[in-house]
Parts: sequence; C-alpha cells; structure tokens
Amino acid sequence: MTEYAFLIPLLPLLAFVLVVFFLRWNEKVSSWFSIAMILVSWLISVVVLIETLARHGAPYEAQYTFISFTNFHLEIGILVDALTAVMLLVVTTIGACTEIYSIGYMKGDRLFSRFFAYLSLFLFSMLGLVVANNFFMIFIFWELVGLTSYLLIGFWFEKKVAADACKKAFITTRIGDLGFLVGLFMIGIYVGTFNYGDVFDSVASGAIPAGIVTAMAIFVFCGAVGKSAQFPLHVWLPDAMEGPTPVSCLIHAATMVAAGVYLVARSMSIFVASADASMVVAIIGIVTSLIAATIALVQIDIKRILAYSTISQLGYMIMALGLYGYDTAHGHHSAGYVAGTLHLTTHAFFKGLLFLGAGSVIHAVHTNDIREMGGLAPKMKITTLTFLIASLSISGIFPLSGFWSKDEIIAATAHHPVLLILTLAIAFMTAFYMFRLCFLTFFGEPRDQQRFDHAHESPRIMTWPLMVLAFLSVFAGWVGIPWLHHGFSSFVYHGQPHHTEPSWALMIISTVIAVSGVGLAYLMYYKKSVSPEKVADRFRPLYTLLFNKYYFDEIYQKLVLDPVMAFARFMWTFDARVIDGAVNGTAWLTILWSNVKEWFDTWIVDGAVNGSAWVVKQGSNLLRFIQTGNVQFYGLFIATFAVLFGLIKVEIASQGYNWPRMTIIFLAGLLLLSLTSRAISAREKSRQNAKEENRL
Amino acid sequence: MFYYLGLAAVLFSVGLFGVLTRRNAIGILMSLELMFNAVNINFVAFNKYIVTDDLLGQIFAIFIIVVAAAEATVGLAIVLVLYRNWRGVDMDHVNIMKW
Repeated sequence: MTEYAFLIPLLPLLAFVLVVFFLRWNEKVSSWFSIAMILVSWLISVVVLIETLARHGAPYEAQYTFISFTNFHLEIGILVDALTAVMLLVVTTIGACTEIYSIGYMKGDRLFSRFFAYLSLFLFSMLGLVVANNFFMIFIFWELVGLTSYLLIGFWFEKKVAADACKKAFITTRIGDLGFLVGLFMIGIYVGTFNYGDVFDSVASGAIPAGIVTAMAIFVFCGAVGKSAQFPLHVWLPDAMEGPTPVSCLIHAATMVAAGVYLVARSMSIFVASADASMVVAIIGIVTSLIAATIALVQIDIKRILAYSTISQLGYMIMALGLYGYDTAHGHHSAGYVAGTLHLTTHAFFKGLLFLGAGSVIHAVHTNDIREMGGLAPKMKITTLTFLIASLSISGIFPLSGFWSKDEIIAATAHHPVLLILTLAIAFMTAFYMFRLCFLTFFGEPRDQQRFDHAHESPRIMTWPLMVLAFLSVFAGWVGIPWLHHGFSSFVYHGQPHHTEPSWALMIISTVIAVSGVGLAYLMYYKKSVSPEKVADRFRPLYTLLFNKYYFDEIYQKLVLDPVMAFARFMWTFDARVIDGAVNGTAWLTILWSNVKEWFDTWIVDGAVNGSAWVVKQGSNLLRFIQTGNVQFYGLFIATFAVLFGLIKVEIASQGYNWPRMTIIFLAGLLLLSLTSRAISAREKSRQNAKEENRL
Repeated sequence: MFYYLGLAAVLFSVGLFGVLTRRNAIGILMSLELMFNAVNINFVAFNKYIVTDDLLGQIFAIFIIVVAAAEATVGLAIVLVLYRNWRGVDMDHVNIMKW
C-alpha cells in the first residue's frame, strides 16, 4: 500500500478540482465529497503508517524524472519514512476533523463550497509537502501552502482586517521563502541534485566547504522561520487569526506552521553538519518561544492567545531540533530530534483541539474578546471539557500527551542550563496563560449577560471532532513514554536511534512548574485572591510592552514599511515626472516631427507629383493642337520630321553627338509645328464659321 | 547623275507640295504618283551609276510601278467611298481624325 502513498495528496486535489468545477453549486455534495476524499487519504495514511512500522521506518522512495537537462535532472517522487508516515497521519487526521467541524462552523456562509475547495487544495499542498522526496518539490508545495493560507486567511475578504492580514501573512512568509530559495540555489549549485538522500550524503561526505554548509542550513532555515512564524517573522500569525477558525486550526496551528519544523527535521542532516547553524536555529527557537509566551500572558483575544501559544510551542520544537543539531555536531547524544518531532505531533492534536474549541465558543458568543465571556461551562459542557483536556495537555500535566513531549524537550535542554531555565519558565507561562484563558472563558460570572444568554452548545457535527481530538490529545503522546523501549524514539529518529533515560527529577520539576502555573491562574482568575489589575499596575510598563506585543508591528512599520513606502512614493514621483515626462516628451516631439513631415508631404512630395502632372497637362494642352484631324497636315508633319531628322543626321555626321543642340533643334521643330497647327486649326475654324454663315 | 537626282528631287518636292496642298483627293493621288516616280528615277539613276553589276534598281522600279498601280486602285476606291459619304472629294472635310 505504501506505493500508493502518492494518492494521499492527490485525492484532496481531486476533491478541489471537482468541487471547483462541478460540485460547487451543491453545498452538501461538495462538502461531503471533500470529506470523503480526506477520509480515504486518512485510511491510506493509516495503512502506510502500519506498513512503515512493519518496515521499522525503513524509507520507501519512488520517483520519476520530471525535467531533464544535460547534467541536471528535476525529479518528482515520494519518500515515505517514519517522519513522513507520522506527519501524513497527523495532517489527514486534523484535516478530516477540521473539515467535518467546518460543516457546522461555516453553515450558511455565502462561499460554503469554496471554503471546502480551498481546504482540499490546502490539504493537497500540505500532504504533497510531506511526501515530497526532494527540495525542489517541497519548495513547490511550500509555496502552494502559502497560497492557500493566503486564500483562507482572506476568506472573508470583505472584512478589511482579513484582507490586510492575508497580505501580511503572504508577504511576511515570502521574506522567509526568499531565503529558502537562496538555500535551494546553493543546494543546486553545490550538490547538483535536490534529492534528500543525495543532498544529505553529499553534505555528510564533507565535499562541501563548512562555511557553505552553514550558509545553506541557515538559508533553508529562513524558510522555516517564515512559515513557522519564528522571530523575527512571527508577526503574521496572530493577524492570520482573522480567517475562519477551522482555518486557524488546520493551517495556523496544526499543520502548515508545522511545515517549518518539518523542514528543519527533514533537513536535519544539513544542520548536524554545522554546529553554528544549529545554534542559530536553537537561539531563534528559544527567543521566539519566550517572546510569544510573554505576549500571550496579557492578550484578550481568544484566538490571538492561542496564536501566540502556537508560536511559542513552535519555538520549542525549533529549539529542540536546533539543540539536536548542535549536540550531534559536537558528538553528544541528544533527545532533541525525537522531542521536536514528538511535540510536533502532540501539539498538532491539542492545539487543533484548542482552536476548534475556541471556534465553538466564538460560534456561541459571536466575539473573540475573553473579557466578554465567562461562565460558559454549564452551557457548553463538551466544549468546556475538551478545551480543558487540551489545556492540561499543552500545559504538560501528567499523564496527557503534552506532558511526554514537553518532558522530552526539557530533557533535551538538560545540558544547557540557560536554555533549561528559559524552557521551564516558558512552560510555567504556558500553563498560566492557558488556564487564564480557561477560567476567564468558562468559569466565573458571565460578564456579558446578553452574549451569555445567547450562548449554546455547538451542534454534534462540531462536537464530535472535538471529542476525537480530545482523545488524541490524551493518548497520542503515550507513544513517547520514555519507559516504552520501542516507542516513538525508536521509530522517528535521525542517524541512530537514541533512547533517553527517563529522568524523575526533570519530570517532577516540570510537573510542579505546570501545576504552579495552573495554580497561579486559579488564584488570579478563579478565586480572585490575587488581583490581576494590581499585578498589571505594579508592572505597568512591562504590561504595556507585552500588551502591545513588544511593538513589533510598530517597529516594522517604522523600520521597513515607512522607508519602503517613502521609496515607493519617491519612485512614483520619479515615474510621474521623469519617465512620464520622457514618454510624453517623446510623443510631443513625434507630433512636431509629424507636422514637419506633413508639411513636406503636402508641399514638396505632393507638389512634385502634382507639379509633374501640371507640366504634363500644360504640355499636352499645347501639343494636342498637332492632332488637327487633317490628313494633309499629318503628311506635313511626317515630312517636316523627315527633314528634321535628316538635318539632325547631317548635324551628327558633321559635328558628332551634341545633345543640347539636337534637342534644341528638335524642340524648335516641335514648337514650330505646334504653332503652325494652331494657326491652321484657327484658320479652319474661321473658314467653317464663314461657311456656316454663308449657308445661313 | 546630278541631273537625274535633281530632277527626282524637284519631282518629289512638286509631288509632296501637291500632296500637302491639293484640296482634291484625285489631285493628291496624282501628286503621290509623281513622288513614286521621283523615287523610281532615283532607283534607276543609282543603279546606272553606283550599283552597276545587276538590274536590281530597275527591277525595283518596276515593282514600285506595279504596287503604285495597286495603291492607286485602293486610293481611288477610298475616294469613291469618300464621295459617297460627303458628296465631294474635298480633303478639307476629311478632318475627323482628331482629338
């Protein structure tokens, strides 16, 4: 069945094509057809995962040549190894849940069918990205997911914020993609092929200079920075929350933003060859995670809190992967790779669940502002329960899946004290802001009675996916339990499988930290024994800084956008004045020159033509009198010319050719004749007149 | 030879003058005969004094006399037609060949 893995991306593509061209007039058919296709993909993914497990993660690769140049081939192919199989299952599971959930969430939307078409297109791109076996293909799908992300963020394009957000997302990720493209060029130049295996072999063989490998790794990482919303390109993800919530769940929490992490995991062989690049990756990861976690502490928009949480968790994964590369480059064992990929998997489930739960809440109260919620628990039991499970999971509470993956990450940082402390601090903040969100949304007194009265549990079609994901949020991480000797770490690994010994100390510390984070949130937002306002007042400047997201948008506005706009305005002025001036000036000169030519045409050329005609006409007028009609006159004519030519002959015989002279003689004869003929015809006329008078 | 050629030239000129000035078509035909005969005299004279070996010029002169007779016949036929059309043979009336 693994050889049919190429069907996994193609089925959603089929759904997209059919929905767009044939089915979109029928909302029911188009939505259920899309769901059927992703479910079939999901089934194939399950089988593929089982088969890959049976192969112990041995890669399966199939490809054919797409474009062939003399010494360079572009290939299209699929690579199914452990990482791919896991990612396929994650993406199809979340995709199926989200699509089913969307039937309820998007109900009554004007562009219902189009939404499903876009989701299918996204799933095609994402699954294609996962099964690709070379950097060329991954880049194509990379751009495709960027496009679908753009389309879906701007799905409600009549809202200006949404339209702005989709442009922001597209352009910001494009900056990272440019780096990725440069990385691809370097791979193309220094390796000559894009196939993963060939590239990694070439890097591992040491044939490429170390500096080049570092640059290559950092450029490839640029793509991940853009797509996974890492510092300093993280600004687009919170704005992307303007899209419909299922989109936020599928694309901006569970799958597409994970593509950057996937890319780093996939190209880990490049990173382990360069400790410097890996260090950059790890630092970017932890900085991002810290920034996002602190911002999430004070936000008030339910989806933005989750968005910053996503950025923070992605930073975790990136940091873990970077640490793996760094440690491996220095010859140490590291749990980072397993930790990063495991957290990628578990995070997809509980963050997807959190977003779908948030969507359910928004569906009920029609606002994103948590200050207007509160006390929703009795009215929305399933949503509350599943949301709590996901929150516990992301906070890292034993024994939910988030605990195991987060524990791996903490274990990976164990040898780097600074990172360890920061990681634990972020874990604390994560627990705190998640439960701040929970308490404010679901517990306490309703703060907006009108919205509270309107609130209701979502329809079954929305709660079922919540329950499925809740199940996975609890159990998906169990594959990574450290006591399990044939668990995740012996399936998804890089290089040699490495089994980290479970560390009681770290587990206890992380649990204590998570629980204390939850406890602080409980005290502040449930028991109200610590007033959040007072804390905010105490740290007013810090609070303002965090509330305004470190002023990243403003800084970018001043540093990047304003200069660009100023430059654009200058260029516009230049365009309007100089280039348009040149163009218009040319036009003016052309018109002027045309006028000159017109004058020349009218007076000189036409003059010459008409003048020659006039000369001929006048000459003819003169000569026509030769034709008197009198036969005797013609005889005279012939005789005269015979004499004339005789004279000319004599002239030539005596003086040689003398053209002017002969011409003068000839013309003189002609003139003489013509005058004579005039005289004759005049005489004739008068005689005829006389005759007629006589007759009269 | 000068006398022969002189006679021919005078005869030709008289004929030409007649052709160009006579009103009567018959007169014109007669003047034409004069011009033919001037040419004949030239031929015979040249044959006598310049190309003496055979009788080419004389034979040619006889040919011309024959052809002139035929031509006179055609000419007279034309004159007859003219007479029928215009009730006269005045060449001043034959002036339709013009612009």
